[in-house]
Amino acid sequence: MFDQAHLLAILPEITLAVGAMALLMVGVGGRDEERGELVLWLAVAVLVLAGIFVATGEGTVTLFTGSFIVDPYARMLKLLALVGATVALIMSLTYWRDTDGGVKFEYPVLLLFAATGMLMMISAYDLIALYVGLELQSLALYVVAAFKRDSARSSEAGLKYFVLGALSSGMLLYGASLVYGFTGSTEFAQIAGAVQPSGANLGSSVWCSCSQASPSRFPPCRSICGRRTSMRARPTPVAAFFAAAPKIAAMALLVRVVISAFPAVTTEWQQIVIFLAIASMALGSFAAIGQRNIKRLMAYSSIGHMGYALVGLAPGTAEGVQGVIVYLAIYLVMTSGTFAFILSLRRDGKMVEEISQLSGLSRTSPLMALMLAILLFSLAGIPPLAGFFAKFYVFLAAIESGLYALAVIGVLLSVVGAFYYLRIVKIMYFDEPVESFEPMPRILAAVLGTSGVLILFFFIYPAPLVAAAGVAAKSLF
Amino acid sequence: MLSALFFYLFATMCVGAGVMVIAAKNPVHAVLYLIFAFFNAAGLFVLLGAEFIAMILVVVYVGAVMVLFLFVVMMLDVNFAELRAGFLKYLPVGAIVGILLLVELVFVVGAWLTAPDLIRDAPTPPASEMSNTQALGELLYTRYVYLFEAAGLILLVAMIGAIVLTLHHKRDVRRQSVAAQVGRTRETAIEVVQVETGKGLK
Repeated sequence: MFDQAHLLAILPEITLAVGAMALLMVGVGGRDEERGELVLWLAVAVLVLAGIFVATGEGTVTLFTGSFIVDPYARMLKLLALVGATVALIMSLTYWRDTDGGVKFEYPVLLLFAATGMLMMISAYDLIALYVGLELQSLALYVVAAFKRDSARSSEAGLKYFVLGALSSGMLLYGASLVYGFTGSTEFAQIAGAVQPSGANLGSSVWCSCSQASPSRFPPCRSICGRRTSMRARPTPVAAFFAAAPKIAAMALLVRVVISAFPAVTTEWQQIVIFLAIASMALGSFAAIGQRNIKRLMAYSSIGHMGYALVGLAPGTAEGVQGVIVYLAIYLVMTSGTFAFILSLRRDGKMVEEISQLSGLSRTSPLMALMLAILLFSLAGIPPLAGFFAKFYVFLAAIESGLYALAVIGVLLSVVGAFYYLRIVKIMYFDEPVESFEPMPRILAAVLGTSGVLILFFFIYPAPLVAAAGVAAKSLF
Repeated sequence: MLSALFFYLFATMCVGAGVMVIAAKNPVHAVLYLIFAFFNAAGLFVLLGAEFIAMILVVVYVGAVMVLFLFVVMMLDVNFAELRAGFLKYLPVGAIVGILLLVELVFVVGAWLTAPDLIRDAPTPPASEMSNTQALGELLYTRYVYLFEAAGLILLVAMIGAIVLTLHHKRDVRRQSVAAQVGRTRETAIEVVQVETGKGLK
């Protein structure tokens, strides 16, 4: 049943799972602080190793009687998710070192399990495999969200996240059971064969896409009740992790489900995707205006950005999916850089999160301010920075398939969104300086610098990313 | 004949134990009756040829869930007499729910009697060729091995999570170290000291 090619295809997941268990053993061997850091660096090594295994894979392989698929699309998004997880893990090091008396070894171990779940989500080609991967990822994330158990706010965040996650899991399973009932199969390939654009099938597919979306954390209902409090209450490195890798996995999953399992009913799910895109973009743009806390602002901003990525999915074409992948890659870089900045905001040994505290940063630490300004301009989508090209590809795909209204609304909302990004730039550059921050730790400076440079010079040589995304997107159709 | 005898034995015991679960004054007794009811239900499953479910019932429900129940009942100081006080008040609602459940059961049994084809009652493959434990195992460890292993990972994460969020390491607690105790020798444990008169030991 198995040959070497099959084993190679699932090697990244095996590496992560076995690595996580091995590191658990390393961790419980002793409780000293150095042990936590050792486990963290070993976890980074495991993630890099898994990334190498992902990158060296070739072709399209389907495993386990059609519940697990590895194709160029899966490889591309797995790489993005792994990069996001690795960067977030490295960035968390300084935070744990300074605030909580050392790294707890469970943190990297749980992140490894979450990464395993993400890879399984991205490769899921079956409703059961999808659900199992999603649960593995979310369960690890619930624990990580409540990781500072001595703080009531962190525990509250974890609990709220857990309850909402359980709710959306329930909806997902309900939708999945309906789809199974109508099509008689849980495998995407067979669902795609059974779903015809008529009658009862349609209702079930619509419901399924609806419920698929809810765990992906972008519909406004979820974000309003959950995100507002929980994002601020989470420990900052956890927020940094949540902002990138899980979003990529959820988006990858949504794209895979609607493209592979429901190609026959594109016009039906298109309406849902358009609605979700507009709702997320609007929420991300308007709700962030009043925010004074930079973590909450980033939370709303990430909702908005998922909305823009969905614009690329709405046409249901290979160009659109290519746009989504490019968007996710650039979003990953921007968000990692911004969180590296937020994590370095320390004054007198305490984290600073108020935007007003950034005033005059251009005079106290000019380089840091410049890098953040680049990232913010890019998040707002101003040319020639990478964020502009990200938006360009998704809107182009929407216009090419005639979704003019969606593209126009998206562009208008991105103008609204630009307001709060530019306000931070204004505060940094034109307001009177307050006292300076503690010097930036080297790791964070490296992340911020790298992402700033990547964003700034993306337009010179965009071909590798765009071409890779194109190959990945084509493999879905 | 013998199987009919066992059926009536298990069924009466099960129903009787079920009645005692809600009738028993002492909550610990109620839990013990529930365990008894589970054992009898397991017996009924064995009679039906569903030995896997019977084993699961004993191992999971009796072995784990019920023991947990006993722990909770014994450790929490809940005043059960007080909880029981509103029994008559809740009786109408409980009766309605019970009657609805009964009606549903009658429908199902009625459908089965009138049109047996609607409900597929033959296991695939037939029980004479393969026991259902074997059938489940062959599916679980071949076709669904990926999902099975992934489910195991999820349980591991749940366990790690429970420990991370609840276990507190107290620094001042002195724990017993068996290795240190066994490793003691006469030299490290006893010291012979010459005490001078009127001075005492320091």
